[in-house]
Amino acid sequence: MLFPSLPPAATPPRVVVTGAGVITALGLGWATNAAGFRSGRTAFRPVTQFDVSRQRVKTAAEVDLPQTFPATKLGPRAASRMDRAAAMLVLAALEAWQQSGWVAADNIPLVLGTTAGGMLLGEDYFRQAIRQPHHQRGQAVRAVYYQPQVQARLVLDALGCSGPITIVSNACASGGNAIGQAWELIRSGQTERAVAGGYDALGEMVFAGFDALQALSPTVCRPFDARRDGLALGEGAAVMTLETLDSARRRGAVILGEVIGYASAIDRHHLTQPHPEGSTTLNVMRQACTVAGVSPEQIDYINAHGTGTVLNDGSEALAISTWAGSRAATLPVSSTKAGIGHLLGGAGAVEAVVCLMALREQWLPPEPAFETPDPACKFPVVQQPRDAAVNVALSNSFGFGGVNASLIFRRWA
Amino acid sequence: MSRIYVSGMGAVSPAGWGVAALREALTRGEPLPVQILTRPGWEKPLPVRPVPQPTPRPEFLAHPRLRRASPITHYAAAAALEAGSQWRGDAGGSRPRMGIIVSLQSGCVQYSCRFYDETLKDPATASPLVFPETVYAAPASHVAALWENVVLGCSLVGDASAFLQAVALAAQWLEDDRVDACLVIGAEETNWIMADAVRYLDRSAVVTAGAGALCLCRDSQFSIGVELTAITDAHTFSTPCTRAQAAAVMRAQLGAGLPGELLCDGIGHSRTDAAELGAWRDWTGLRLSPKKVLGEGLMAAAAWQCVAACDAVAKKSSPAASVSLVGANQQALGARFTDGISHLSPVAAAGNIPS
Repeated sequence: MLFPSLPPAATPPRVVVTGAGVITALGLGWATNAAGFRSGRTAFRPVTQFDVSRQRVKTAAEVDLPQTFPATKLGPRAASRMDRAAAMLVLAALEAWQQSGWVAADNIPLVLGTTAGGMLLGEDYFRQAIRQPHHQRGQAVRAVYYQPQVQARLVLDALGCSGPITIVSNACASGGNAIGQAWELIRSGQTERAVAGGYDALGEMVFAGFDALQALSPTVCRPFDARRDGLALGEGAAVMTLETLDSARRRGAVILGEVIGYASAIDRHHLTQPHPEGSTTLNVMRQACTVAGVSPEQIDYINAHGTGTVLNDGSEALAISTWAGSRAATLPVSSTKAGIGHLLGGAGAVEAVVCLMALREQWLPPEPAFETPDPACKFPVVQQPRDAAVNVALSNSFGFGGVNASLIFRRWA
Repeated sequence: MSRIYVSGMGAVSPAGWGVAALREALTRGEPLPVQILTRPGWEKPLPVRPVPQPTPRPEFLAHPRLRRASPITHYAAAAALEAGSQWRGDAGGSRPRMGIIVSLQSGCVQYSCRFYDETLKDPATASPLVFPETVYAAPASHVAALWENVVLGCSLVGDASAFLQAVALAAQWLEDDRVDACLVIGAEETNWIMADAVRYLDRSAVVTAGAGALCLCRDSQFSIGVELTAITDAHTFSTPCTRAQAAAVMRAQLGAGLPGELLCDGIGHSRTDAAELGAWRDWTGLRLSPKKVLGEGLMAAAAWQCVAACDAVAKKSSPAASVSLVGANQQALGARFTDGISHLSPVAAAGNIPS
């Protein structure tokens, strides 16, 4: 029963990550992405998915889907109905699943974050309805498959498992919230394992929206740089398999890292702008640290939300600087959106995987285009690729609507 | 385990603004009048049941955050304010911590269509004021802004069954002592494209819009005489588990009803009802089917079912009420609300849950 649920254990179980799959404009899979993030590679190029000739900005970080889709348990008809978003989601889920060594089972919760879901199918539906009102071919399929819960079912079918589906849509915090909610499900004793992640594909409407807001950078995305002038959009997905430490040990699984803290809160200041003092961000970072039992002195790296917009980065920089206190002077911070763009509902999940990479492989992802620190940054922004001792990493995610989320991961060694 | 109570309800529906209007329409039991939407370039009419304009216009709609907001936000805000009125500001001498969970299926379709239409015509002139209102998270954000004391918020997307997932999440937040009260809102708005899309799935459906809300709390002194006693697991539709099977398992998990229990089901007039009808074939108790009166409101309809169930218990028409949500394409969930006196619930009595 979802309610009343079983009473929680006196001590919540430790939760570890045993599988992680990722696809971004850097490529498909952990190894390719780790190499790209580690070197600070950027993946922006002219947009090819739709016409941008009348847009202010004409570049984004597009994903190249593999020419041959790997074998899954999806039937050919279902497979043919995947849009780009669902395809990226399934690819990330497959990698995580294979890495985890899990076998198909019932009742594995799937918690996903997305902003747009199958919006590309929704766009197709709208265009056809407007331009060819009497032409109905394909519309019924689009009406079903644009819905995120149907895309989530594709994931379960592809993996050959089943379980309850939760779709979190807290805009750009969705991916972080999804992982956090899955972590809470396991900690509360409601399940021993869960699949969680986030995804979004680049779409014409969302691109035009950010362009209309003049939130897109016409130059280069430089989070926390004093001369920053906006964000860059990207697309992608990341999925993790989370399970109790006991479960992972019983199976002899390879552990990629431990999730030790999560917090979420809502900033009521404005629909699209954070509170200028970053009060909610400060609050969630503090809460997540309390839950994790760590202090700022114990955090070795922050993967910031860091969109590259004036307002977001100013607010986040103030919050991190206040939260970290004297630790700020030596606390490395970077935003990997500088390399792959803002993945919206996928951002928090991909950035969580980046934290796992940093913890596992002991490096810090740089922002090569960063030059001049914003005065609000009391912390060093990672500019050059470098190896580092990373034992605890924190990832921030914030969304339109004001939901803030912080996740904290610990190295498993 | 905490006991979770309902401290208020709210509704905006084609019957009008407020729970009283919803109650009156459901009591009358007559399907509400249908209006016709026109679809651009197509002569076939789309039947809908729109939400009437509120008279007089509620003052909260003048709030700066709601000035440009889409109707879905207006509906969600109205339902939330009605449901949580006693939690605004101080309650019991202390400042309560509020949570807000908004669940949606179709979401902000009006501004999404408007913005994409502008984009297709010329992206250079597409309105930056409209775009932020297209995101699923917009209604939750605006509703949160109306309250001084919201500390947690979340938007969940899914088929109509996700409303009960939202209720379960609220119960979890309350049990974890992260909030003192939590508003759970289901909301939808409609336009020609939503009506058009639903027509592909169910030609007999009459699309409607609105919102429903429950306010949950742990403190019995704020209860309206309704207690949440059970939410089943989420039984996901999959290759090995059809919609009918999921509905049957949900029904079995809810167990037999209490004497005099009301069933609030999701039956409308459509061919997609077969799974739910089958699952409740043996139900001989009282039954209320709000969709037959109101129409297909997706997540709002799920919320109305819960509001109607709680209202029946609060008004002592029934000592308990079950809600059956067999979603369109995700899962089946059920719930039971009681007067807090007549339980143990049958599920607990059967020893299926820890008491």
